[in-house]
Amino acid sequence: MTLFEELLPPGAMWSHVLKRGTALRLTALEAGANVGAIFYNYENLVERYNMPDTLKAQHIARLTAGSVLYSDMGRILCSITEDSVGWHDPVGGCSNAAMLFRKYGASSYQESRNEWHQNGRDSFLTEIGKYGMGERDLMANVNFFSKVVVEDDGSMHFVPGHAPKESLVELRAEMNTLVVLNSCPHPMDPSPRYSPKPVLLTVKRVPPPARHDLCRTSRPENERGFILTERYFQ
Amino acid sequence: MPDRILVESKLDPARAAFREVVPAGDPWIHLVKKGEVFRIVDLCGNQAADTLFYSADDPAERYSAQDTIREQGNIYLTTGTKLMSTRGNVMLTIVADTCGRHDTLGGACATESNMVRYAIEKRYMHACRNSFMKAVRSWRAPGGEAMSKRDITANINFFMNVPVTPAGGLKFDDGVSDAGKYVEMRAEMDVIAVISNCPQLNNPCNAYNPTPVEAIIWSAV
Repeated sequence: MTLFEELLPPGAMWSHVLKRGTALRLTALEAGANVGAIFYNYENLVERYNMPDTLKAQHIARLTAGSVLYSDMGRILCSITEDSVGWHDPVGGCSNAAMLFRKYGASSYQESRNEWHQNGRDSFLTEIGKYGMGERDLMANVNFFSKVVVEDDGSMHFVPGHAPKESLVELRAEMNTLVVLNSCPHPMDPSPRYSPKPVLLTVKRVPPPARHDLCRTSRPENERGFILTERYFQ
Repeated sequence: MPDRILVESKLDPARAAFREVVPAGDPWIHLVKKGEVFRIVDLCGNQAADTLFYSADDPAERYSAQDTIREQGNIYLTTGTKLMSTRGNVMLTIVADTCGRHDTLGGACATESNMVRYAIEKRYMHACRNSFMKAVRSWRAPGGEAMSKRDITANINFFMNVPVTPAGGLKFDDGVSDAGKYVEMRAEMDVIAVISNCPQLNNPCNAYNPTPVEAIIWSAV
């Protein structure tokens, strides 16, 4: 059941406490979207999304349906229950002001109003500041709708135009999770123009994960991750 | 695995300003000043040295795994790698490396992630994050505030081999290091270096046998 919908415009930031029992669907309204995302346990903000724990627990360097996002406390902040794309990037990080200046030149609010160039790092810092957090609390982020392939020699390659229009990914909250998003371009996006894309956000009520839920059964590690998450609420 | 390029150092440990052996399972924290050269030696082979760096002037600026690997376009660290901060500054440059590949994505073991990865009963085994917490809370930044769990971010695993596949898989493989292999870096700013000499007994990152490493610092020339 849909609770509300919101349009995340290109190059904008957003945050919401996604309650256990609800889910957030991201729908790319144009091809080539990117959504930078970080996650915190809203009840204890020093517990937050941990990139290395997420990757090593599931032996993955990409995120897709059946993957879960681990906190640094062995619990699951969100599960990826639906995905039309097959690969979301957990390693590329986010853009910053100096990078945007180098790639796209100067941009100011005075000149461009709300079309000005927003970068990932400052967007994250502004949004988490609203919850009393700062630079020391900003950890590695996820980039939904983006793909970075790592070759055998370790080299990293951004795949342009990875997610077509109408691509979607759905995150089910397994805890009361502070979700912080921005729609700034991926830092490895080679486009010579600053061209962020709009994304539709849908928050809905969803049933709890069933015994044979894909995210629970995809790996024995996740089975234990769900047990530890359930214990937190017992 | 592609050939690794190994680069030896000309520096003589007998002329170092500082030497300390860090036993397996111990934390270590030390200031490395701009221009000083910092070496970590894998004394017995196949040991993982989990390592974090902070700006000594303002520890809110710290090593960033994502910025480091993206800026060099490669997930592995070796000679020539610039270790980048969260503010986009170069903190240290790797100037010699006789191992040839170091991990940026595997992070540190923690009692909680051990429960997920191996078994819930593993909670009481010693883990790197507990060592990191002990190290950082002992350090007073210029403002006088101690660091804490919120400062523990995605670390480097020197000497550890965590290959990523083009299909998006990630593996923990046997080490590519050996007794006496080392990695050496020049500080480009004053940094606080933190090591957790990994106590992990559940995977091959330490060849199931955690052993000591040595930290060596040479004065700036």
